[in-house]
Amino acid sequence: MRKPKVAFFDFSSCEGCQLQVANFGEALLDILGLIDVVMFREAISEKSDDYDVAIIEGSITTSHDIERIKQIRATAKVLIAYGACATIGGINGMKNNFDLEDIKKYVYKDDAKYFESIPTHPLHQVVKVDYFVHGCPVYQPEFVKVLKCALAGLLYTVPDYAVCTECRFNENVCMYDKGITCMGPVTRAGCNSWCVNNGNICYGCRGMLSNPAQEGQMDILKKHNIALDWVQNKMNMYNKPRELDTEPPANNGHIG
Amino acid sequence: MSKNIKVNVEYLTRVEGHGNIVVNVKNGKLEECRLDIVESPRFFEGMLRGRSIFEAQHITSRICGICACGHTLASIQAAEDALGFIPSEQTIKLRKFLLHMENLDSHILHIYLLVAPDLLGVKSFLPLIETHNTVVRRALRMKKECNDVCDILVGRHVHPISCIVGGFTKLPREKDIDRMLNILIGLRPDMEATLELAKTFKFPQFNRETEYVGLVNDSDEYPMLSGDLGSTDGLRMIKKDYRKLTNEFVVSHSSAKHTKATRQSYAVGALARFNLNQHKLHPKAKEVALLLGMKPIVSNPYLNTVAQLIECVHSLEESIEILQGLKEIGVDYSQEIVVGLNELGTIPVKAGIGIGAVEVPRGILFHEYEIDNKGKIINANCIIPTGQNLNNIELDMAALVPQILDKSQEEITLLMEMLVRAYDPCISCSAHFLNVKFVGR
Repeated sequence: MRKPKVAFFDFSSCEGCQLQVANFGEALLDILGLIDVVMFREAISEKSDDYDVAIIEGSITTSHDIERIKQIRATAKVLIAYGACATIGGINGMKNNFDLEDIKKYVYKDDAKYFESIPTHPLHQVVKVDYFVHGCPVYQPEFVKVLKCALAGLLYTVPDYAVCTECRFNENVCMYDKGITCMGPVTRAGCNSWCVNNGNICYGCRGMLSNPAQEGQMDILKKHNIALDWVQNKMNMYNKPRELDTEPPANNGHIG
Repeated sequence: MSKNIKVNVEYLTRVEGHGNIVVNVKNGKLEECRLDIVESPRFFEGMLRGRSIFEAQHITSRICGICACGHTLASIQAAEDALGFIPSEQTIKLRKFLLHMENLDSHILHIYLLVAPDLLGVKSFLPLIETHNTVVRRALRMKKECNDVCDILVGRHVHPISCIVGGFTKLPREKDIDRMLNILIGLRPDMEATLELAKTFKFPQFNRETEYVGLVNDSDEYPMLSGDLGSTDGLRMIKKDYRKLTNEFVVSHSSAKHTKATRQSYAVGALARFNLNQHKLHPKAKEVALLLGMKPIVSNPYLNTVAQLIECVHSLEESIEILQGLKEIGVDYSQEIVVGLNELGTIPVKAGIGIGAVEVPRGILFHEYEIDNKGKIINANCIIPTGQNLNNIELDMAALVPQILDKSQEEITLLMEMLVRAYDPCISCSAHFLNVKFVGR
């Protein structure tokens, strides 16, 4: 059987999710035994426009990006949005909290005119996405699961229950019981409550639940006397571009 | 011989971020020579405004996935400086250890996966899986082991979780320290094998004198996490004056700002640190430097990779010593903190300006924040190592091209790519970067 050709592409991002691939260690060689990586600019110099699966890191932030992602979509049989920048806009979306011209001027002063920029979009707002690997960075075990599904043509459904579910299994003390705000209650699980296991809070990098328990969340905030605008601000760290969704991505994406 | 060369590498590979190399020679005369930074601007400094200073680390870590720990440490240093918070000795020790792991991890990635393919005459590490299987396995193993240590120490290497303003949200348990020690001691044989491999590397011969900039201090410590700013031209200033050193300016072909100090350009990174502070390296690293024939001042930019290798040995040995020290005196777990948005007022807040200056894998990194009396960020500024190297890289390119005009187009392109790669540019950081094209020869 011919090995599927896989290409990695990056748009506006830190390239940390692609680095997660190098962090597989020798197990990477097992993965490379199953696929043929034909393009991965960060790591290899080989180039090809012939691929079956496109794995995309990064957000769409320029009009050139729009053309480029459409071209990739036209070539790839399967398109995987890889990491928070690609799936929900992520940190890049914080830009959308500001007036675009204003933020350009702040960073580049009089030279702002040299730099073109549009509001940050996750991929699904521009092209059809077949699989979503959420997270900042991606959680490697989930990436392996999604890759297996993509290669086998199977469905992958992103968990649509709160990070709290996993957090309880991990026996963490609830951040709210410590008097600290946490995005866990409104954020999709799938990361095994990675950040809370390490003593920090959940920042919401996997995107919001399709049906968060809003009332319950408000009760928690009230009980702990936590200001709503703080939480709003926190939510907008990763999830601001959701406001540009015309319709929610189908079941967080997955179609086989 | 009159010769026309047009190099236009679009999207240089095996570097972090997007950049193009443009070289234009007409009738044997160099007309233009640029490293275009075509990374989409991401506006981090703008986006930070209005955020809590306690979120700064989490956000700025995302500037770069490769040096996330470096950004984390520079950001925290700036934030604590602004808040007037003094971290504990234990915290500083653990941060130094984290910085060593960042250096080791990043240098190994660069030496093996990004540079070695050029020296072995292939396009990437993929063909090496067939021809140099043990080398590839060793590289991936070493990379993973650094990564595993970071997992234990700070949750993960890409965007560390537990290292925050004030200290650590989770401190390593005794068994964690043992695990990390085992991994690092186990790395030694692989490090020796790496040195053997490096001895076989033949780097291009090219020298250009320049100014080397980095942290300096008056102690015996090889400065990474703190110190004054210094240069091989004798500059010395406190970190608060960093803008007098960097003198940033914008050029139209780059979404990353450029810098210059006393000369037209300066260089930062492993080679700069080596040139400035090699006498403070760990004795084992000094031995390696001697073995590899590195004597300051080294002015061949291709040898930055060798300086990285020397630093790998330094970081590995110092890390082992830090861990052994921690094991001996034990960890004080009462220092574990949860800060969140500082809802509980764990850390007193006041208005102020703070600066972080940290030596990260690619050179000195600056973060500066101004905050109001509620801890909200009013202004932010980040100056990235690769941004500081851009000017120097372009001047290297301009000096190199006339020396290699007799070579073929392919050879010229490769030498230019290797030159840029030697700096281990991180373009996401500086905004992103690299690609070379030839026309009309």
